[in-house]
Amino acid sequence: MSVAGILGQLFALVLALLLAPLLTGWVNQCRAWLQNRSAPPLWQPYYTLHKLFNKDVVLADGASSLFRVAPFVVFGAMALACAIVPSLSTDLPFAPAADALALVGVFGLARLFISLAAMDVGTAFGSLGGRREMLVGFLAEPALLMVIFTVAMIANSTSVAAIVATLAHRDFVIYPSLAFAGVAFTMVSLAENARVPVDNPATHLELTMIHEAMILEYSGRHLALIEWAASLKLYAYSCLGLAFFFPWGIAERDNLLALAAAVPLLILKLAIGGFLLALIETVNAKMRIFRAPEFLGTAFMLAVLGLLVRLLLETRV
Amino acid sequence: MPSLLSIDALLIAACAWLAVGLAGLAAPRQARFVAATLFPAGAFVGLAVGGVGLFALGGDPQTAVLAIGLPELPFHLRLDSLAAVFALLLGFASAGISLYAAGYFRHQDAGGVPGLLCLQYHLFLASMLMVLLADDAYAFMVAWETMALASFFLVTTDHKHGEIRRAGFLYLLIAHVGALAILLAFGVMTGGSGDYRFAALRAQELSPFWASMAFLLALLGFGAKAGLVPLHVWLPEAHPAAPSPVSALMSGVMLKTAIYGLLRVSFDLAGTPLWWWGVVALAFGLVTAFFGVLNATVQSDMKRLLAWSSIENIGLLAVGIGLALLFHAYRMETLAALALTAVLYHCLAHAGFKSLLFLATGSVLHATKERSLGRLGGLIRRMPWVAWLALVGVIAGAGLPPLSGFVSEWLLLQAFLFSPGLPHAWLNMVVPVAAAVVVLVAALAGFAMVKFHGIVFLGQMREPALQEAHDAGPWEKTGLVWLAFLTLLLGVLPGSLILRLDAATRQLLGAGLAERMSEQGWWMLAPISPERASYEPLVFLGIILLSVWLGRGLVKRLYHGRLRRSPAWDCGYHFQGPRAQDTAEGFSQPIRRIFEPVFRMERHFPSIRDREPYYAVKVEDHFWYWLYVPIARLAARISALVASLQGGRIAVYLMYSFLTLILLILVARP
Repeated sequence: MSVAGILGQLFALVLALLLAPLLTGWVNQCRAWLQNRSAPPLWQPYYTLHKLFNKDVVLADGASSLFRVAPFVVFGAMALACAIVPSLSTDLPFAPAADALALVGVFGLARLFISLAAMDVGTAFGSLGGRREMLVGFLAEPALLMVIFTVAMIANSTSVAAIVATLAHRDFVIYPSLAFAGVAFTMVSLAENARVPVDNPATHLELTMIHEAMILEYSGRHLALIEWAASLKLYAYSCLGLAFFFPWGIAERDNLLALAAAVPLLILKLAIGGFLLALIETVNAKMRIFRAPEFLGTAFMLAVLGLLVRLLLETRV
Repeated sequence: MPSLLSIDALLIAACAWLAVGLAGLAAPRQARFVAATLFPAGAFVGLAVGGVGLFALGGDPQTAVLAIGLPELPFHLRLDSLAAVFALLLGFASAGISLYAAGYFRHQDAGGVPGLLCLQYHLFLASMLMVLLADDAYAFMVAWETMALASFFLVTTDHKHGEIRRAGFLYLLIAHVGALAILLAFGVMTGGSGDYRFAALRAQELSPFWASMAFLLALLGFGAKAGLVPLHVWLPEAHPAAPSPVSALMSGVMLKTAIYGLLRVSFDLAGTPLWWWGVVALAFGLVTAFFGVLNATVQSDMKRLLAWSSIENIGLLAVGIGLALLFHAYRMETLAALALTAVLYHCLAHAGFKSLLFLATGSVLHATKERSLGRLGGLIRRMPWVAWLALVGVIAGAGLPPLSGFVSEWLLLQAFLFSPGLPHAWLNMVVPVAAAVVVLVAALAGFAMVKFHGIVFLGQMREPALQEAHDAGPWEKTGLVWLAFLTLLLGVLPGSLILRLDAATRQLLGAGLAERMSEQGWWMLAPISPERASYEPLVFLGIILLSVWLGRGLVKRLYHGRLRRSPAWDCGYHFQGPRAQDTAEGFSQPIRRIFEPVFRMERHFPSIRDREPYYAVKVEDHFWYWLYVPIARLAARISALVASLQGGRIAVYLMYSFLTLILLILVARP
């Protein structure tokens, strides 16, 4: 653990906190273009966050202490996730704190808190959202873990940094298992980040909503933290996907030059990824909620298939 | 060497528990005396047992002979590292439960005669300790049966309800089927030598066939006690029927004695395991875990939900045991040690969080007289202590970091992840699929736990009477805090305890994780090597707490901390009564729909012609109708046949005697 390593880690974390709303704004902008609407400014998420932090919290009468703690826990969990996922460099002093399995646990912890908070006020939409979020969660989590198992077997390690280091610095080999895992990961990310076709981030006042239904009663700084945490989650998932499947360009050691080169590359990769996300959201329609198990079941099957391909075809070579 | 051996200390503790129990008989009706004096004394003994267990872990095995029982057949006792792990579990978990019980049994409405309850409770504890110490089959069976009987009487404390009596008898029946199988397993293992000391069983060289018979019988017997599918049906009936501290003791501790027995037989007594034993245990474990967790999610009674969740956890333990057996059979001892450590750790973790959750339901039951999830809700406003402490148990039960349930799950998944390299190709394929099921089970456990906590403690109160609910009393709080503290400690500092558990795995497998782990810092958990996998729960917790604290402070400083209250918004929806929330059934509707074939459901849907339309759903267990009802019918039919002998006429009976006499003369002729 070196000073430069810690500085690099802190830099990556601060970059995540700053870039995450921008990524959300970029996705929204791309989607508006693709849908022939006039786009909101790229900085809109920052304006929204600022506005929300300035507003008073209007707390529902029935809200308990858990309701008030949950946004902070969710935000903390997402910040931790962003600290573990290698975005710029694989030399992360925090990386041993939580490996890939624990990373899934972090997302699970955030989900548990947000679902409980959704049930706390005791409104019809809140408990509906909480239930659906847990439904999506228990379907998506195994698929995500299977993806992680596949890449962990390639790298022979469950440490995210070690996996990415292995994948980034290998000779160029095409792993069929990674193709399966990549498709599965994309499907899981869509579901986990409340995107079309599983959920619609733009919807309100509809019986189909999941994430928005849970946070209906939140306002002011609580809502700001949750929105920020949601964009951090999207950022963490994007970086995780990029690191697993397009790891080229991630700095290996605490080399400032490589780090400096990694920043624009990361922004470029995120911009492309964000555009593709907007494209997926535009060409797909939102599914009925009970189609989601089929969608995520497919992701799970693909991930298991990837794992088996890895075990049967690739280990013999 | 200390002058007082650990095993002697444990025997004294067992006697102390018995003495506390007998003291209860002195003043059987004085609830206050029994609760406020005897149960704390029992808790103190429990702490001592836990301490001795921790101390004895890693020490040399100690033996003792108790000259009670039949002539020429004294009790042989032995304390080794495996027994010490479970003594540690028994002591520390029961300490918290007894402290809680000191508050819970203070009230006369807890049911039963307090003094008698105290005797049964402490007899139960002492017999569990003796099960762990027994070193011959005779002592083991005596202690095992005492345990079963004591817990039977505890389950039927409230015997005025027919339902509870029925649950008790079902429990007793299956416990005895299991005991019979265990007895047979011991019989097989003696190999006909007639020597029932464990040392002799260990020395006996069994042929693979008989060793396998012994293993399968032990799996059947201990599986019946632990609640492996299909012998699980008693568990969701009996655990909820008992008073809550007893439910906690049964789910948290007693089930672990069955795991202890299974470990003892399969790793220690039955000789070298065959590889397919592991596959059998793995398969039963997977089915049990999956079936258990699915049923947990659809329950409408909070204690039944927890009982089903215990079945799930027993399934996960069996999966771990199966994996350890599989690796052990192929001499992959490091991986076997990893899986076995996961099993032992999960035993400890489950003892902590499940006891905590059962005790929390006890407080809810006490405060509201209500067990049905459909009539609870919003209790965090009246019982914040219980609600927040239950949240600790819920996070651990959902297998989420940074609490205890995650550590064992993490270890188990690591064992799965590094499994490639098994000699059979198809095993290599099956094991990852098993891992996928384990992951699904863990995710579903999160659903069940959110349902439990969300419906009981959050939301609006579903009944007006809940406004009168009160928080737990000081004794109850102490017990809950102790168990929550254990759960946190097990979650945050796994490294040091795993180093101690090493002695037990080393005893069973000859390999442990210690030499790899001792080089790393105490805050770090990296069973194989830090490059392969690591987890630092303390750093983890630290970062989350730090960002919560920083976030709070910064937002207040940069902006403001203003807050006002107003009615809930709910999209402007007008009807916001408690009935607009999800019911327990509503919350689990997605599960019932997705996994429909797993449940046996009877549903009534409203039709447009109904004057009073209603919806009802009743979820039952398939196994009851597939397995138990046919057996019961067969038994009834056979007894009906036998009953036809009984005509009620004396002439017929005389003829039976005459015929029997003739038959005997014919047969007994030299």
